[in-house]
Amino acid sequence: MTGIAVLDTLKVVTDTLSHTAAKSGDSGWIMHHVMDGKTIDFAPFGEFHVPQLPIIFGIDITPTKHVFFMWLAAIILIAVMTFVARSYKKSLIPKKFANFFEIIIVFVRDEIAKPTIGNSYEKFTPYLLSVFFFILFGNFLGLLPYSSTFTSNIGITATLAVFTFVMTQFGGIRQNGFFHYWKGLIPHGIPVWLLPLMIPVEFLGLLTKPFALAIRLFANMLAGHTVILALIGLIFFMKTIFVAPVSVGFALFIYLLEILVALVQAYVFTMLSSLFIGMAVHQDH
Amino acid sequence: MFLGMIYSILAVEPEASGSLLDINPGLIIWTAITFIALIIILKKVAWKPILEALDQREGAIRESLEKAEKAKDEAQKVLDQNQANLNKAEEESRKIIEQSRSYAEKLKEQMLLETKQQSRKLLEDATAEIERKKDEAFNELKNQIAEIAINAAEKILNENLNKETQKKIVDKYIGEITKN
Repeated sequence: MTGIAVLDTLKVVTDTLSHTAAKSGDSGWIMHHVMDGKTIDFAPFGEFHVPQLPIIFGIDITPTKHVFFMWLAAIILIAVMTFVARSYKKSLIPKKFANFFEIIIVFVRDEIAKPTIGNSYEKFTPYLLSVFFFILFGNFLGLLPYSSTFTSNIGITATLAVFTFVMTQFGGIRQNGFFHYWKGLIPHGIPVWLLPLMIPVEFLGLLTKPFALAIRLFANMLAGHTVILALIGLIFFMKTIFVAPVSVGFALFIYLLEILVALVQAYVFTMLSSLFIGMAVHQDH
Repeated sequence: MFLGMIYSILAVEPEASGSLLDINPGLIIWTAITFIALIIILKKVAWKPILEALDQREGAIRESLEKAEKAKDEAQKVLDQNQANLNKAEEESRKIIEQSRSYAEKLKEQMLLETKQQSRKLLEDATAEIERKKDEAFNELKNQIAEIAINAAEKILNENLNKETQKKIVDKYIGEITKN
């Protein structure tokens, strides 16, 4: 892990050098590093410009840096899980690698889906597993050098949150029936004159859940990277080598913290998704 | 207002192509496509077989545990039965021993009694026989005495004796008898 951290740091340093050379004194290089773009940097080996695709209905569908890393994460995830699934064909008791993933899968199933959703958890387990591993792999992929954290993009986290929102409504309507579900959103025993107030409040409450999901994941993943970059940037900002041990030390600490955050955020997103689905499915609780 | 604040913090100069909160519609489309494809593919190639395998394994474990429990119960039952049988057999053997002992005791007593009776009978028989023999001998003796007396009387009569001589002779014979 520390090796990766040093490599990441090195990459950041070279990145920083090229940018500070261009325009010293501003923080644009941090933004450049954490933000999406149409070029994938492999400094000092050059960079890859994504070919521009035609604009359809006013939407630029050119796959950006984050899209590429999203695909990479998805491909790795599919490859890993295919391997894990295949190892069950040989024996019902998996070996080391598959066993490791089995622990996580069983955790998501038994500790996240089962207690929050209850009886019909089996219908939502595939979705929860997918979203958990997708975020987890994305978070960890973002910690590798030369990569970019696609989970620190608000557009992507918002889309994931919308998926959870759709799953929540879908689960609730399927379980309770269309009208009964919408009626069930408003708590029982509310006086009629309060309804004009309660309906917008409950409706807003429905929307704030995925909004919070999106912001939480985005902000958490962005913050760690930004802090690491800022700490490294301190060396160049102060133009002295003596601050380097402090910067690198702190950056390393934040990096280790990031490993924890990567895990925790994937867990939190999945846990809350599961909780929202559970709340929609069992409205009376 | 809060969003605006974040926006103003994160916003950078125009040439960095917008801010961190800019949402790129193309990106959303790609994310949705990627994620839907990912869910479908993973569900097919990974989650279904993995979860099925897990269920299968859990089922197998539960089944074997139940089987083991059942086998244990059965073994316990057999053990109990064996113990009961053993106890019964022991009880029976004890009873048999007891019975045979009492029988032997009875037999012994009976035999003893019989022997005693027999010996007593023998003794009685012997006594009776002796008595009989004695009587017989006595009777014979009496007969002999009578014979002897008759003989003597004959002799006396034959010799034609006087009173004194007769008396002497009788006394002599009587003395002879008593001597005998």
